[in-house]
Amino acid sequence: MRFPAELRYTDTHEWLRQEGDGTVSVGITWHAQDRLGDLVYVENPPRGKILKRGEECGVVESVKAASDIYAPISGEVVSVNEELSSSPEKINQQPYEAWMFRLKPSDPAELPALLDAAGYERLVEAEPH
Amino acid sequence: MLDAIGVESIEDLFDEIPASLKAAPLDQVPPGLSEMQVLRLMQERAEADGRYLNFIGAGAYEHHIPAAVWQLATRGEFYSAYTPYQAEASQGTLQVLYEYQTMMCSLTGLDVTNASLYDGASALAEAVLMAIRLHRSSRRALVPRTLHPRYREVVQTIVSSQDIDLVEVPYDDEPGTISRSALAHFDKDFAVLVIPQPNFFGALESVHALTDWAHERQALAIAVANPVALALMAPPGRWGAQGADIAVGEGQPLGVPLASGGPYFGFMACKQAHVRQMPGRIAGRTIDADGRPGFTLTLQAREQHIRRSKATSNICTNQGLAVTAATFHLTLLGPQGLQRVAHACHANMLALLDRLKAVRGVQRRFASPVFHEAVLSLSAPASSVLGQLCEEGLLAGLDLGRFYPELEDAVLVCTTETKSAADLDHYVRSLAATLSAAV
Repeated sequence: MRFPAELRYTDTHEWLRQEGDGTVSVGITWHAQDRLGDLVYVENPPRGKILKRGEECGVVESVKAASDIYAPISGEVVSVNEELSSSPEKINQQPYEAWMFRLKPSDPAELPALLDAAGYERLVEAEPH
Repeated sequence: MLDAIGVESIEDLFDEIPASLKAAPLDQVPPGLSEMQVLRLMQERAEADGRYLNFIGAGAYEHHIPAAVWQLATRGEFYSAYTPYQAEASQGTLQVLYEYQTMMCSLTGLDVTNASLYDGASALAEAVLMAIRLHRSSRRALVPRTLHPRYREVVQTIVSSQDIDLVEVPYDDEPGTISRSALAHFDKDFAVLVIPQPNFFGALESVHALTDWAHERQALAIAVANPVALALMAPPGRWGAQGADIAVGEGQPLGVPLASGGPYFGFMACKQAHVRQMPGRIAGRTIDADGRPGFTLTLQAREQHIRRSKATSNICTNQGLAVTAATFHLTLLGPQGLQRVAHACHANMLALLDRLKAVRGVQRRFASPVFHEAVLSLSAPASSVLGQLCEEGLLAGLDLGRFYPELEDAVLVCTTETKSAADLDHYVRSLAATLSAAV
């Protein structure tokens, strides 16, 4: 499944999932991991950091490129997926399971304003191949 | 050539550069010289340097270099001073870098080494930037006054435009080492402590306690080490309970001759956990598609040619030729050979200090143990004594007053393994004569 319907997306290829506890998980999309190739390193924001929407907050690195992760919405980093530091390949294997960090949103209006699956799919389709 | 590429003049090639940044017109660069003219010019310059008996170290050290080192380093296969860009086509070059890195890891006791930086001072600046990136919350670095003054200037120059605060830590006057009472003013409000070993005065710092002190405050510790001294002393990777995080230093003592300030090379090693923040190139060993062993440049994804303005550092090169010489130097000496060199340096300094006890007007300035350099206080102004000895063909030390106003009477003297007992006697006699004449 490349564009799960229950997620929200950004034009910088992050996905977001609303969790039951009020937090929002953030990862990178199938398309993003496909473009980067085999991931070898993930740098997450530190827990407790207050992020502003659009701010650089992490890096994913493959054998051929390193790409910035941008905060898709504003909020506090409440947890970080430590498993990725030893097993970054999980992102290639299951991009929508391998969340990078979870945010407690500070502005509830930001999430619904992001792309839905259909909108993100159109964006990806329109990219030059 | 200009016709062929379609420009009028050499100046046109630099059109890209805004006029406001150009310092002077190109016609101030002299015209080209023939090989014969260059040779003549260089011989004249070399002769102007004179032939002195040299007792100055202060960051650049005169060591014996086995003749085979440069015989090998200047072979056509190696004699390219530049970092390989079609890297994997140059397997021999990459293997040399890999061997160099392996030996430097063993010498520093740390997990990974890069393929070198420009020199010790700029390596330290890169290490400070690296530590600030790793620490993430503070942008303040503690830099002791016992660090080489030129290193402090270079670090200041490189980091000053990056909103990083360098704080000078004074030294204790009796031992000539980092003042622990001054450090007590800092709590968790800094990212990194720089620890020179030996320090600029030749004195040995309490590296274990200082490293632990920094780590207890969630800061990093950078070692600035003399690579020859490391043959005898605890490697930075084993300083304190957890080891220094990054070790840097000047690689010149490992097979690179003194040459009016360079080219030398800087080494840099760090813990595995920090490798993603280490600048520069790293050669790695791997296997090719057919399962054969080979060498490759690794961890390049954060370098400039891939990450552009977001690269870890603007350094994506190394000092290829100097490192090639260092690799052969270390290989020919071996661990025991390097230890014997270090022992001889240290023994010469102890012998010199012992002989100087009998000379009126000379005293040890600091009480700390030393490696191969020490500070002497003279009864006459250091600059005039040194100037007089220089006229007699003896470089008797560095005038410390040039860098430390409070040490106007002080001289930094160095002995390497190159000094014979007769050289030491000559030094003592000449200094004694000059001082007694000055009274």
